[in-house]
Amino acid sequence: MPGVRTLVAWYPDWPVVAAGHPPERPVAVVSANRVVACSPEARAEGVVQGLRRREAQGRCPELLVVQADPSRDLRAWEPAVMAVEALTPMVEVVRAGMLALATRGPSRYYGGDRALAGLMAQAIDTAVAASGVRGSGTLIGVADGRFAAELAARAVSARPAASGAAADAPVCVVPPGASATWLAPLPVTALDRPELTGLWARLGLRTLGEVAALDQRAVLARFGTEGADAHRLARGLDERPPAARVPPPDLAVSAVLDPPAERVDTVAFVARTLAEELHGRLAALGLACTRLAVEAETEHGEHLQRLWRHDGALTAGAVAERVRWQLDGWLRSQGDAGGTSGGLSLLRLRPDEIRPDHGRQLGFWGGSAQGDARVARALARVQGLLGPDGVVTAVIGGGRDPAEQVRLVPWGDERVQGRPAAWTPVSASRASAPPVSATPASASRASTARASASPASTARASASPASATRASTARASASRASAGTGRPARAPVELPPWPGRLPGPAPAVVHHPALPAEVRDREGNVVGVTGRGELSGAPATVTIAGAPVLEVKAWAGPWPIEERWWDDKGRRRARLQVVLSDGCARLLSREGGRWGVDATYD
Amino acid sequence: MGALAVLAARGGEPAPAAARLLDAPATLVPLLPEGGLRRGSTVAIGAGSASGAVSLALSLLAPASAGGAWCAAVALPDLGLVAAAEMGVALERLALIPRPGDQWPVIVAALLESVDIVVLRPPTRVRAGDARRLTARARERGAVLMVMDGAGAYGRWPEGADVRLEVTASVWTGLGSGHGHLQSREVEVAGSGRRGASRARSARVQLPAASPGGSPYGPPAGSPAGSPAGSVRGQPKPDSEMDPALAARAG
Repeated sequence: MPGVRTLVAWYPDWPVVAAGHPPERPVAVVSANRVVACSPEARAEGVVQGLRRREAQGRCPELLVVQADPSRDLRAWEPAVMAVEALTPMVEVVRAGMLALATRGPSRYYGGDRALAGLMAQAIDTAVAASGVRGSGTLIGVADGRFAAELAARAVSARPAASGAAADAPVCVVPPGASATWLAPLPVTALDRPELTGLWARLGLRTLGEVAALDQRAVLARFGTEGADAHRLARGLDERPPAARVPPPDLAVSAVLDPPAERVDTVAFVARTLAEELHGRLAALGLACTRLAVEAETEHGEHLQRLWRHDGALTAGAVAERVRWQLDGWLRSQGDAGGTSGGLSLLRLRPDEIRPDHGRQLGFWGGSAQGDARVARALARVQGLLGPDGVVTAVIGGGRDPAEQVRLVPWGDERVQGRPAAWTPVSASRASAPPVSATPASASRASTARASASPASTARASASPASATRASTARASASRASAGTGRPARAPVELPPWPGRLPGPAPAVVHHPALPAEVRDREGNVVGVTGRGELSGAPATVTIAGAPVLEVKAWAGPWPIEERWWDDKGRRRARLQVVLSDGCARLLSREGGRWGVDATYD
Repeated sequence: MGALAVLAARGGEPAPAAARLLDAPATLVPLLPEGGLRRGSTVAIGAGSASGAVSLALSLLAPASAGGAWCAAVALPDLGLVAAAEMGVALERLALIPRPGDQWPVIVAALLESVDIVVLRPPTRVRAGDARRLTARARERGAVLMVMDGAGAYGRWPEGADVRLEVTASVWTGLGSGHGHLQSREVEVAGSGRRGASRARSARVQLPAASPGGSPYGPPAGSPAGSPAGSVRGQPKPDSEMDPALAARAG
């Protein structure tokens, strides 16, 4: 099957043209000290692509050297693309200076390939001239497949303009189905695969026709995928069909408020209309908005923006409500930091993240019920006052400290664990597992768990590795249960066990940052932890953040932890549980020579 | 009470008496005038003479949360969320507003519209008007407002609460001098309040509760296993839950 009939428009030396220098003067565009493009005048002086800058200047002393800027090239090319898009949709920008389009529909509409090509050349040249840069003009090639079409476009420039085709139509049209024949006499270097074509040339394959005559399977076997692709091109087939560039729909809606609105309800009224307009546009395209940017400008030129995310699709009513809450927050905080100094003069709703609308099925019982929607609305309203980070939910993940295990996720975002862990509270086997406490007997089991743990979870928990033990016993009991019933156990996903985690119960109050504390022994010396994880003395008194001295009634530890010792995120610390004379239990930790209260068992 | 009852309570129809009550932990039921958290009521958790107020609040929250109720915690930036999960609070239905700033009365009022239980520790001094408005809002919307009273530096909740619970004594077990680890705590909770709750009572409760398997990790989701299973009025707790080290010393 021949390639898709394709039109390629090529503007020669586009980087030079885009740089905006007159074509009379020899110009070379260099990147990383190598010439990437040069003007015909420079080429006449012997400057070629890939030449060093010094050498190019040596060959052509009056050469004007310009630094390459791909974004400048693309920017300058955009008017040409838009001019072509005005004639036909589905334009594929190959690179700056070259675009491709499938001609089947447009050719029939405009009366044939040649007419279409002429129209394109005219449109591009006009657009380029209108944007103020000058060049030699567009060359158009039409053939089966983009590769052949591109070569056809290049063939126009190879032909002397005066003697060849009419000057007003720099076009080369290869008749349908004749691409392979047309390509056959061209040298293999046209494939632009230097390594492969170099090899082929040495093997005696000099033209594309000679390559195309080879057996496809033999080429694949000998030269691999790259060879097979090149073989396809040489036979006039497509490497891949041109992908369509659909013009991005302009979905944002905005309204100018004149006179500027000071009151929330005035703006909210406009917002409602805008939200309905936006919703109509989205619905017409079959899209749903999952993230919406509410933008507002005040009469003093302040620009306010906030993104709203929603896990379901935002309906018109929901959008209007959110805008109202948002404006409430903005106009209410007038005068404060972050507030506005005047009335709003512009309101814009811009869908920031859209996806195809597949509809949404609400749960019948539980799940997304009516009540949940009400709660979600109330929380979104609070987010309007405090910002999206003002309302969070917690996800429990892995970690050794109570604070580490918790990840706070803004309301409405996906609840993802911060670190992987086997915490998820299910598993009947765990509930039936025997109670485990820190007895010496469990120490050996703990050590096996430690040995099997990955480096990421290496912790030197000495006295109370109850959690690691629990993990291993839970696994053991699970395997016992499956052995008893004879059912094959479902392979559990191997998750890090986080040995060294403190045994429960967890503290009800977690201080972040930790409260500074001082721990002293009987003699009044500050208690330290040795490199071997031993205390320098039994703790007797604790002073927390300058409060009165409290006596230690009971204590246990230290449980040292050494995390990530292999990189600079490493932490070394030792934890201590104490019950103090106020009857309250606390979790102390020593890190970097300082004691702190990590948590209180309130 | 399951999701059905919650829905029924929101339906605006005259709900049966049971639907107006949210589940409370069995051990604290004697302290609550109607045997549960009545929708529309205000519960104050006093600082009391011993620590344990936060755990008490979490344990009150847990059965209702596990039963499908939505909860919110306002101005509790240091809440131990692992502990909350261990006690049986469903974290996916617990919204946290750790730093509400000066606007906290507005935020609490907005939450009371649709959240079932709002736990609040007032971050600034409470104006009598605000307290009255919030109490009224809770009553009107059928939500429970749980105030951590006197826990911050800003004194008391100026409005009288329907129920007031305080921890008057707490004893930890499991920790020796240089060995063991914290395992369980027995607290004495004193209850008082208006109307039916005006008679002062007290109960001894395990906080956090010893769960059936002895493991405080991973309470089964959706079941009340995370609710305190302690004893009322000083029933001796089972030996199996005592720290082996202590048991050995006792024996």
